[in-house]
Amino acid sequence: MRVVGTVALLCTLAVPVRAVEIPPAERRSGYEFMSRETRAMQDDDAANPAMLWVLEGEALWARTAGAGERACRDCHGDARSSMKGVAARYPAFDATRGRPVNLEQRVNACRTERQKAPALAYQSRELLALTAYLGRQSRGLPIDIATDARMKPFLDAGRAAFNRRQGQLDLSCAQCHDDHWDKRLAGNAITQAHPNGYPLYRLEWQGLGSLQRRMRNCMAGIRALAPEYGSAEFVDLELFLAWRARGMKMETPAVRP
Amino acid sequence: MAGALINVPASARRGEIIEIKTLVSHPMETGYRRTQYGTVVPRDIIRQFVCTYNGEQIFRAEFHPAIAANPFIAFTTVATESGTIAFLWTGDNGYAVAESVKISVA
Repeated sequence: MRVVGTVALLCTLAVPVRAVEIPPAERRSGYEFMSRETRAMQDDDAANPAMLWVLEGEALWARTAGAGERACRDCHGDARSSMKGVAARYPAFDATRGRPVNLEQRVNACRTERQKAPALAYQSRELLALTAYLGRQSRGLPIDIATDARMKPFLDAGRAAFNRRQGQLDLSCAQCHDDHWDKRLAGNAITQAHPNGYPLYRLEWQGLGSLQRRMRNCMAGIRALAPEYGSAEFVDLELFLAWRARGMKMETPAVRP
Repeated sequence: MAGALINVPASARRGEIIEIKTLVSHPMETGYRRTQYGTVVPRDIIRQFVCTYNGEQIFRAEFHPAIAANPFIAFTTVATESGTIAFLWTGDNGYAVAESVKISVA
C-alpha cells in the first residue's frame, strides 16, 4: 500500500501541472506584497533612494554627448511632456531591427545613431539613470504595449520562455509566478512577477537594477544559465511580462525588498 | 550621481515643528566584505552628518558600517526664524557633500 502511495505521489510530481494564467482581476503588483515600511519608502519621493538616479537621469537628459554634440533634450525637448507614457509602451517594435527592442536598447540606439556616442553598458549608472528618468515620466500610467501581427512571434517566444522548464531545478517561471504567487519561498513572498516598477531600487541590491538583472537573479535561483544582457531571448521575455501586466499602472522607480 | 535629496518645507509659522528629510548617495561599503578572490573590500562609509540652522547645530549623527547604502535621515526641529538650513556629510576617502536650503518663517 505504501509502495502504491509513493508511486502515485511520484507520478503527481512528475506530471507537469499546466500553468494557468492569472485572471486580470487577480493581478497584483509586487507593491501589494511589501511591508508597510517598504511601501512608505516607495510612496514618498523624498525617501525613495531611486530618486537619486532619476535626478541624475534628468541631468544626463540635458547633457550633450558624443560627436554629434547633442543632448537628448535637443531632439526630444522636455521629457516631462515628450516622454510621458513612452516607457509604458516598451518593449516596442523597431522597424530597422525587425524585432522588438526594450527601453535600454532604444536609448543606446539613439546614442549610437543620433548622438554618435558609445553605447552605455547594461547596468551602468548612466543607463540606469536615463531609464529611471524615462520610466518616471510614465508613473501611474497603464502598461500599453503593441500586440499587432509584427509583435506576435516575439510575444509567443516570450510566452514559451516563461513556460519552459529550465535549470538544474527544472522549473519554469510560470510554476512560481502563475501557480504559486500567493505562497512564500524561504520566508519571502513569491509574487506575480509584474515588470511595472523597473528600473527599481531593490533593498537586497542596495542600488538600482534593471528588469533583466532581476530575471538573471531568478535564473540563478533555479540554477539555469541566464542569457546575456540585452539578448533577444530576454527582450522577448520582457515583452511577454509586459503583455501579462497590460493595463497595470507603472510605479517606476519602485522600491522592492 | 546626484549628491543628495533634501526635503524641507519652504515656509513655516514661527514655533511650528517641521520635518526635515535627507537622502544621500553613498555605497556605505562596510570593510568586512571580500571579493571572490578573497581580498578585503576597503571600508568606505560616511562617518558624520551635521545639520545647522543659521549656523547653529541642531542635529548630528555618527555613522557606522552597519548602515545601509544611500542613508536616509529624517528628523524634526522647531522653525524659529528665516534663514538657511545647511547639511554636511563627511566620511572616508575625503568624502564631503554639502547642501543647504532656505526657509522663510513668518
